[in-house]
Amino acid sequence: MATEETKAFEPKIVAFVCNWCTYTGADLAGTSRLQMSPNVRVVRLPCTGRIDPLFLIKAFERGADGVIVSGCHPADCHYTAGNYHARRRFAVFREIADMMGVDNQRMTFSWVSASEGNKWRDVVNETTERVRNLGPFTEYQSLSRD
Amino acid sequence: MKELRQIAAKLLTDGAVKVVIGWEEGPRGARAAFVTRPEDAERLIFDARCVQNLATYLSPRRRHVVGLGKAAVVAKPCDAKAIAGLIRESQVKREDVVILGVRCGGVVREPTMPASLTAETVADRCGICETREPTLYDHLIGEPQPEPPRVTRREEQIAALMQKTPQERFAFWSQQLERCIRCHACREVCPMCFCEQCVADKTRPVWIESSSHPRANFAWQMTRVMHQAGRCVDCGECERACPVGIPLNLLTRYTAQSVEKRFGHKPSDDPSIAAPIGTFRSDDSQEFIR
Repeated sequence: MATEETKAFEPKIVAFVCNWCTYTGADLAGTSRLQMSPNVRVVRLPCTGRIDPLFLIKAFERGADGVIVSGCHPADCHYTAGNYHARRRFAVFREIADMMGVDNQRMTFSWVSASEGNKWRDVVNETTERVRNLGPFTEYQSLSRD
Repeated sequence: MKELRQIAAKLLTDGAVKVVIGWEEGPRGARAAFVTRPEDAERLIFDARCVQNLATYLSPRRRHVVGLGKAAVVAKPCDAKAIAGLIRESQVKREDVVILGVRCGGVVREPTMPASLTAETVADRCGICETREPTLYDHLIGEPQPEPPRVTRREEQIAALMQKTPQERFAFWSQQLERCIRCHACREVCPMCFCEQCVADKTRPVWIESSSHPRANFAWQMTRVMHQAGRCVDCGECERACPVGIPLNLLTRYTAQSVEKRFGHKPSDDPSIAAPIGTFRSDDSQEFIR
């Protein structure tokens, strides 16, 4: 049985992805048998425009060490403009989070299309490595202690 | 002041409005007044102690005020921005409110303070404010005002905070938000917080816990400030209303700085200028997106 000392830190990462591009891209990465770190849990939403910053806050509250938000490239949104709205929203949200002490390094924003399985693998691996180096998000997780 | 009282009395006598919302002398400095009879217009005052943003009483959420009938409201330039926000977001119709714009040379930090403006007494937001008179008004009242004392202490505090590491900022806000009792005064006083049902009050599902737990307090302030992004008029009321003295304007002001830097948007009292969140440009910068 692994003891505390030998158990290496494995980051928990939540990915909020849009149904039409990134989810399909992640599916392609899977069916293409691309090797990527298993630390990312995918939450599928209709569009990046559906992703409320509260989702990210909730993820951190529930113990995530990092988050990914990913959707269709500009001009490719299934709903025409959801990703443009998301771009503005997260441009502001990440600065508010930064002001409050949530390291922007813990958040990845990306455009991954349905054909970019390789890019999805890179986003997953890079985010996992970055968050692994930062270590567990103990500050936020300690808020949950009574 | 005489001019203000005359116009208010005339509006009430003519029946143009049912209530004039302004400031009056209270037991502890200037306070909000709701004048419904022409003879009571004598109660109205305006000086550097008139801190409160009265635009908050125009929001349809204030049923007790809306029930009084058509209102005239006395508005400093920052209050006029909030009225413009309410018009922009279809909460108030322009023709349903009479705006008594007042020329403003800044206000003190608390309505209980003497009306003299010095670098120590002037409100932080007035120390950087460039607007001496509103452009959205039906009547413009008062003499041209001098510029308030220039102070940048809040901007310096923000800059100092941003020099620190995220861990240090997290520790700073943890310490500040530890005092939060989740009374939601910051929301109640805000002219731009007019939702019929606030996400913080939702119970199915619970997005923001209602207890004053540090985790819930972080979620609440992050969400509140996010919802204010590009809409906040920097009237400073949230921080002034906070019973435990959390420096909330550091958050709202930093967000306003970011919005201005990114989208070139400053809050204005022109209701036809769209707020930056809710609109977009196809060429918005996206340097943070991989």
